[in-house]
Amino acid sequence: MRRLLPFAFCLTVAAPAFAADMNLTVEIPELKVAEYHRPYVAVWIEREDHTVAANLAVWYDVRKKDGEGTKWLKDMRQWWRRTGRDQTMPIDGVSGATRPAGQHQLRFTDGKPPLGTLAPGHYEIVVEAAREVGGHETQRIAFDWPAKASTHLSAKGSAELGQINLDLNP
Amino acid sequence: MMKHAFVRAALGAALALALPMAAQAHKMWMVPSATVVSGDDAWVTVDAAVSNELYYPDHFPAQLDQLVITAPDGSTVQAENENKGKYRSTFDLAVPQKGTYRIALVNQGVFATYELDGQKKRWRGNATDLKAGLPANAKNVEVNEMASRVETFVTQGSPSTGALKPTGKGMELVPVTAPNDLVSGEKATFQLLVDGKPAADVKVVAIDGGTRYRNAQDEMDTTTDKDGKFSFTWPAAGMYWVNASAEDKKTSTKEAKQRRLGYTATLEVLPQ
Repeated sequence: MRRLLPFAFCLTVAAPAFAADMNLTVEIPELKVAEYHRPYVAVWIEREDHTVAANLAVWYDVRKKDGEGTKWLKDMRQWWRRTGRDQTMPIDGVSGATRPAGQHQLRFTDGKPPLGTLAPGHYEIVVEAAREVGGHETQRIAFDWPAKASTHLSAKGSAELGQINLDLNP
Repeated sequence: MMKHAFVRAALGAALALALPMAAQAHKMWMVPSATVVSGDDAWVTVDAAVSNELYYPDHFPAQLDQLVITAPDGSTVQAENENKGKYRSTFDLAVPQKGTYRIALVNQGVFATYELDGQKKRWRGNATDLKAGLPANAKNVEVNEMASRVETFVTQGSPSTGALKPTGKGMELVPVTAPNDLVSGEKATFQLLVDGKPAADVKVVAIDGGTRYRNAQDEMDTTTDKDGKFSFTWPAAGMYWVNASAEDKKTSTKEAKQRRLGYTATLEVLPQ
């Protein structure tokens, strides 16, 4: 039975396995500062007219009682203006707790939330970080969707964000 | 002494309101601790003052009895913890509703100058108190009506327009661009009204705060078009003092020959 499972799994997910996907790595740099708080981070996809095609991730302080962590969401000011202010937190399958320094891998599949189905076109993936008593940084990576071949794209933050890798698979 | 100081304070505020056109006039303003807020338990604290520098309280506190706060649903809400200090007034405001709040200091009244025993005197108050306010032997009485409005805006969540409907009295601002959706490098457009009608050919100035730390006011100015509309493209992020004034003869007090109109807003422009 155990041996059969991978085979059965392959059969059942054979169709979705062809779905295009994107793998995103977001690095939160380690900072040597006296008072460190994990940054708030938002990841989303913008169309060419800056409207939001998909909200992919929002990391904020979900532990604070009475939703007090939502008080600082507006500090991710581009995200707040483009989409955050229209959202009700938490966002199912998108929002979650703040994350520590290090590399964070995110995988999104075409046709499935939170990516959903993107119309073919030119987009930007935006990563915005805001840290309490710290700085603010936004990085953008432009891409075409769907990718014709496996594509590796990247950006490098200078303060609140580290290496950002975006791998697209057709 | 106290009474004297109070009269001087009132006069200072009245002058600032009545003479916004004069280049050396004091500036009246309100500055909220934040203009864009998130979370259901959001509060702002607001400074209100008449000053020379923007935004440093260095002259007189604002009169909070003129405060009118409109919530996104159009209802009037109250400030809390009102305090009048030496140089500034402060108050707190809970902003539990989603949308845009309008915070306004609305001043409507008359301002009289007269001579008494050869000395120039001034009086300010409500039109109905004018007769009782002036001595019987006052000479060369000149009465001006004034209508001024000093505003700022705070938005929780997405901007809305429910609180921004014009009252149709005096000089008012109607946003074309939401007043809490301003970003450096972007153009923002507003419409100026007098008594609810477009106010054409009125000069509007905008000055970025922090004037203490530079040598010039760096004032931007523009003029309203035939529809009363004007635009600014914000060169940098900051708290901008936007001001317009005008005079007309549409007085409601028969003793007054002239009406002085003023509008001031503090608008926050955020970085890209």
